[in-house]
Amino acid sequence: MNESHPAVEALGLCRRYGRSWALIDVDLAVPRGRSLLVAGRNGSGKSTLFRVLAGALKPDRGTYRICGHDGIAARQEARAAVGLLGHYSNTWDALSALQNLQVTARFAGKPAGRRDLMPLLEEVGLAERADSPITSFSAGMRKRIAFARVLLQAPRVVLLDEPYGQLDPPGFAFVDALVPRLTAQGCTVLMASHMLEKGAELCDEGLALERGRVIFRGAARDLPAAFAAHHAPVRRVGVAG
Amino acid sequence: MMRQLFAATHKDLLLSWRSRAQASAVVIFGATTLLLFSFAVGPNSAALRQNAGGFLWVALLLSSTLALAESYRAEIEQRALEGLLLLPASPRALYYGKALANWLQLLLVGIGLVPVMIVLYDPGSSNLLPLVGVLALGTAGLSAPGTLYAAMASQARAQQVLLPLLLFPLVVPVLLAAVKASSLLLLGDPMGQAGSWVLLLAAFNGVFWPLCGLLFGQVVEE
Amino acid sequence: MAGPSNEKRPWVGYGFLALAVLLLGTGSYIGLAVAPREHYMGEVQRIMYVHVPTAWSALLCFTFAFVSSIAFLFRHDWKWDSRLEATLEVGVLLNFLLCMQGAIWAKPTWGVWWDWDPRLTTTAVMLFSFIGILALRRFVDDPVRRATWAAVATIVAFADVPIVYFSVKWWNSLHQVQSTPQTVDGPMITPLRVNAFGMLSLAIGLITLRTRLAARRLQNEMAPPLPERETSSERVAAAGGEA
Repeated sequence: MNESHPAVEALGLCRRYGRSWALIDVDLAVPRGRSLLVAGRNGSGKSTLFRVLAGALKPDRGTYRICGHDGIAARQEARAAVGLLGHYSNTWDALSALQNLQVTARFAGKPAGRRDLMPLLEEVGLAERADSPITSFSAGMRKRIAFARVLLQAPRVVLLDEPYGQLDPPGFAFVDALVPRLTAQGCTVLMASHMLEKGAELCDEGLALERGRVIFRGAARDLPAAFAAHHAPVRRVGVAG
Repeated sequence: MMRQLFAATHKDLLLSWRSRAQASAVVIFGATTLLLFSFAVGPNSAALRQNAGGFLWVALLLSSTLALAESYRAEIEQRALEGLLLLPASPRALYYGKALANWLQLLLVGIGLVPVMIVLYDPGSSNLLPLVGVLALGTAGLSAPGTLYAAMASQARAQQVLLPLLLFPLVVPVLLAAVKASSLLLLGDPMGQAGSWVLLLAAFNGVFWPLCGLLFGQVVEE
Repeated sequence: MAGPSNEKRPWVGYGFLALAVLLLGTGSYIGLAVAPREHYMGEVQRIMYVHVPTAWSALLCFTFAFVSSIAFLFRHDWKWDSRLEATLEVGVLLNFLLCMQGAIWAKPTWGVWWDWDPRLTTTAVMLFSFIGILALRRFVDDPVRRATWAAVATIVAFADVPIVYFSVKWWNSLHQVQSTPQTVDGPMITPLRVNAFGMLSLAIGLITLRTRLAARRLQNEMAPPLPERETSSERVAAAGGEA
């Protein structure tokens, strides 16, 4: 892998969604060890973009590379380099938190013993619930186990889709600490979030999507203002009567 | 690939173990079906005895749709299967792990139904061990295409009806061969024909285990 | 994936249908009025003049469905999916006719509507198999998944056909002798050949028209194609500004 190549690059990504397009001609390039904040209203294509980069969806047009691996020609290698924290926890609810991690570890070829995985569960704050089935977990706890899954894979590129969603204040602090820690280790982080102020503090670069197209590209700290200017509040029509 | 195959089989056996309550319910469903057959035919012990093999296999076939559909529910509800595919995990390993676990589960259901069949239809209890062999081959024949089709049905509309609709015509050879072989083993096989039916079962398995494993990737991947 | 393409002009399909009417009309006339009465089975045997051509056409339809499935999985070209849909439907229709013809023949001959003849039984199993695949298509909304899964299911179902045939033949051989209408040489061959081409024409005509319909429906379902990207210099400019 060539160190000078961006860790994540995409050129002209297009992806259909039913009778419309979820992504239209999306380009991006994120250098290694940097973080990118991806902003956009609901339905703007953030999750679709992440799912394409993670290798869950095939683009209808365009290309992307993860750490130099072509996402279409070398799909499995590209997938191996990315970890996605999505909207679903990717868990088997009948199994316990620890068992879920053990299964993932075995597939990923990592040590799967209790001793190897308990530190990870402690890190995400689930050590006491290690043996409880996921069915008993709240939404915030499911988010935490999803974090543990991604950290277990230790990928070079981490995609966080709404990482603050469903978390409590300690959870927020966890995410706030996680992003700089990952970039310090040389990971590349892409974060989609509605919490623009927080994201602007944490991330280096910013990208805004609107109906599948890129409408802003620049420093993360400039993103909140640009976003607000683009989406000026609509004048409300009074209700009669 | 082998490492992932072991991981997949272990995962699916673990899931089956966790849902063993559902598995017992499936056996009870099968037993109820056997009971219904006897009511449908009437207390004609000769007819019941003659068709014991047939009833067993139809009950097993009906039960299999429940077991197969259940095996995917856990994978779909939180997108666990997708999580594995993105690791990346080989779809072929995932298929064979699940097909093997489903096979074991169906075999256990079949073995559970044998005593019910013997009690209700009185076909005699000779050749029980070879009968288990036929059960093994037959349930394998159900599991291979069933695991493939259940993957599709679990993500489509009208799932409960789609799986039987797709599976039942396909496994007609398994049904024919397994019923014939079972009946011959239970009731007597003067001309030694059971072996040829067993061969047909083996051939069916020989075609569909590789074919379905090959096609599974197309079904679960985007 | 390439967008769905428009099929041939409709008059090719209509042309085949017209040819089919002509050929089937001729062949049936010859078969019913001109050809001699069969020695053992009587008038009922005349059904063979449609039954055998229907069987050949149905098998050809399903074979082409199998080929379309493989082609789609390899090339991901939407026209193969449209062809698959068409050949499945026309094949199921012909298959259904086949079962009816078999029943119509069996009743006066054997006194029962169904006689478990291996070929006819295989046909019945195939009918249910492929109806199941049509149901699968109906119950899946996403076009890509629908196409991929239908292709996979068709390959599996088609691979099963010879196995079903042999198992039923074996199963039934213990009970009955072969009982389908036999064909003999001579004056019976002509109407058979004419009808065979007629049936083939009918199948091709229906498939062609149905493929067009499938392609058009697919176009309505999917997003319209995007315009091609601007020049590469604009592309570079758009990607520029990164650290």
